[in-house]
Amino acid sequence: MTTSTLLLITAAIAMIGYLAGSRRALSLSGGRSSSMHSRPGYYGSFVAIWSALPAALLLGVWLVAAPAIINSSIRSEFPAEVKAQSQASQGLSFGMIEGIARGMRALSAEEAAQAERNPADLRNLMGARGVAIAGDPEAYMIKAANDLNTMNARSNLLRNIAVLLVAVGGAALAYRLIAPRFRARNRVESVILASLVVASSIAILTTVGIIASMLTEATHFFARVPAHEFFFGTVWDPRFAAAGATASEGQFGLIPLLLGTLYIGFVAMLFAVPIGLFAAIYMSEYASQRVRSITKPLLEVLAGIPTIVYGFFALTTVGPFLRDISSQIHGLATGDYSNFIQAQSVLTAGFVMGIMLIPYVSSLSDDIITAVPRALRDGSLGLGATRSETIKRVVLPAALPGIVGAILMTASRAIGETMIVVLAAGVAARIQLNPFEPMTTVTVKIVSQLTGDLEFTSPQTLVAFALGITLFIITLCLNIYALYIVRKYREQYE
Amino acid sequence: MNMMTEAAVEKALDQRMNDLSYKMIGKDVSVYYGEKRALFDVNLNVRQNTVTALIGPSGCGKSTFLRTLNRMNDTIDNCRVTGRITLDGDDIYDPSIDVVELRARVGMVFQKPNPFPKSIYENISYGPRIHGLARSKADMDQIVEASLQRAGLWNEVKDRLQESGTGLSGGQQQRLCIARAIAVSPEVILMDEPCSALDPIATAKVEELIHELRSNYTIVIVTHSMQQAARVSQRTAMFHLGQLVEENDTDKMFTNPDDQRTQDYIMGRFG
Repeated sequence: MTTSTLLLITAAIAMIGYLAGSRRALSLSGGRSSSMHSRPGYYGSFVAIWSALPAALLLGVWLVAAPAIINSSIRSEFPAEVKAQSQASQGLSFGMIEGIARGMRALSAEEAAQAERNPADLRNLMGARGVAIAGDPEAYMIKAANDLNTMNARSNLLRNIAVLLVAVGGAALAYRLIAPRFRARNRVESVILASLVVASSIAILTTVGIIASMLTEATHFFARVPAHEFFFGTVWDPRFAAAGATASEGQFGLIPLLLGTLYIGFVAMLFAVPIGLFAAIYMSEYASQRVRSITKPLLEVLAGIPTIVYGFFALTTVGPFLRDISSQIHGLATGDYSNFIQAQSVLTAGFVMGIMLIPYVSSLSDDIITAVPRALRDGSLGLGATRSETIKRVVLPAALPGIVGAILMTASRAIGETMIVVLAAGVAARIQLNPFEPMTTVTVKIVSQLTGDLEFTSPQTLVAFALGITLFIITLCLNIYALYIVRKYREQYE
Repeated sequence: MNMMTEAAVEKALDQRMNDLSYKMIGKDVSVYYGEKRALFDVNLNVRQNTVTALIGPSGCGKSTFLRTLNRMNDTIDNCRVTGRITLDGDDIYDPSIDVVELRARVGMVFQKPNPFPKSIYENISYGPRIHGLARSKADMDQIVEASLQRAGLWNEVKDRLQESGTGLSGGQQQRLCIARAIAVSPEVILMDEPCSALDPIATAKVEELIHELRSNYTIVIVTHSMQQAARVSQRTAMFHLGQLVEENDTDKMFTNPDDQRTQDYIMGRFG
């Protein structure tokens, strides 16, 4: 019986438990539902939970624990000379045993007997059945594989019996507990509460796990490269070609990458903030209901475009366009048709990223502007202010903290944005101020340090984690500050 | 005509005086929100330097009528007004009338105090500034002080003009809103249930203020409180289901109304 069949049967038992439980509750109530503490459905759910939940937990534990136990008992049977080998090669041997065990199950009884007599035939026999084995099996492996098969079969049988017993037993126990004063509703509610708590803690634990893993790798990096050289270094030169060679550690200066990130982010905000804000003002203050219902979703479509698509929009359209138009301008001005804007440049990346950010700015600001109480607008209009005076002098000042928060959140997106800059900003890590030249960002370097055939012990790859944690801390601070401002602003009207 | 008694002559003269002193005249005013009709051919005149109270059960159209007087209904998307409303004889819905200028002449105070989240000083100076009423800082200071004086708020806030207007108590906020409306020197002040969010003491202060303002301004007030209408107004208009039921002297309205529905409403039999 496979695991999924087992799960199906358990579910069926739970289902039956639900029906039986509700029916029993119904018959106990004798038609007067007020005589029972809870509605019949709760008694049914209680029985179902008691049959499914412990059984599922047991199954889960078994699925994790049984292979580990079997694994260690097989390994303890390994011949002494195999045990003397490294953990890694022992692992390889065990992998082969597992392969053989899978193959043995595919062989007929006489073929298996033949294989046991002559291990050398095994590879061919199994090859004929479509089971590939890594190397020539040794004699002890066949015995171990047979052991493995028996143990697995026994474990599975025990597991199935245990799980089904627990399911049926749980259901029976819960069924017997059903009584008029039994508080099934409260029990079911607490199970629901527990499952919600588990779901939310998974999200939090994942975040903690990500930070922890980045931190450990980053500490490995800082053990190799001093922290001050990383944070204050002005040269980025990881020396990829010589990676692994002892003589060349490379230079890992964060400053050029950070400056590139901030510069491109700044250019992006230069495009996104005014356009997004004006769009939001139009949407919330001027647009009629009909226009709003059409344009707002359209604007939000922009937010749904994958950033890689923006990336090749930048690479194939915007970049070449800017390059060509710059050479035309240059040519008209001086007669020399050489371009002064590179196809990959701060301007290209910033411009396209700005387009990507417009819907974020406009959507967030729109919500904030709409949240400014109508009474304030009426008050201003009632004094004879025009619409734009009202917006400029009353609505925007009132919404300003929220808008600043929205802009900060957008900025943290700009800083973390990857695909657009990978394609449009270039890879040259340098410190310069010309927006028409390429620069590179932290995210681009993370990508380039981690793509390709690498070992995870050299500073060349470990630096990616140091970069990642730096970026993470920057955006985290921005987001916290933005949330703080937005919350402060909310208090004003509540 | 010598058969006319002296009292009758006096009454006729009064009538004539009143005709001349109508500040605003509403003729066959109807308001539609989309398909729904909220006001049905209302004919109501507002007298100069008089407090006119609009009463009636919720949803009867009294606030809607009030908002037609300075075209605040324009800010509602699907609202449509028909009929004719004049201010000193000029049709306020005429295309040649600038709504901004109209609202400077016909100010408004709202149900919930709505000071801007700015300082007390800036709350008052807001209107004069957008209309360019002050030539210098001293001018502006003078307008702010005079407006706060008139609203009876000066002594309470003169030491903290730079503090936020939202930090005042509810009653002070509402008087601040009245001062803000006065600051642009309107001719008519519309008040939409100005005391419904205030406690009795703050209400008494606002009512006292309305009483004093009457000598300089024409006031139209919507109220749910019969007592308030009786206390502050000289004329009262009763609305019901979008129609004007009766308009009369407040004294007569509360003692001997012409219409049975007014009687019933005032006695608390419906509404």
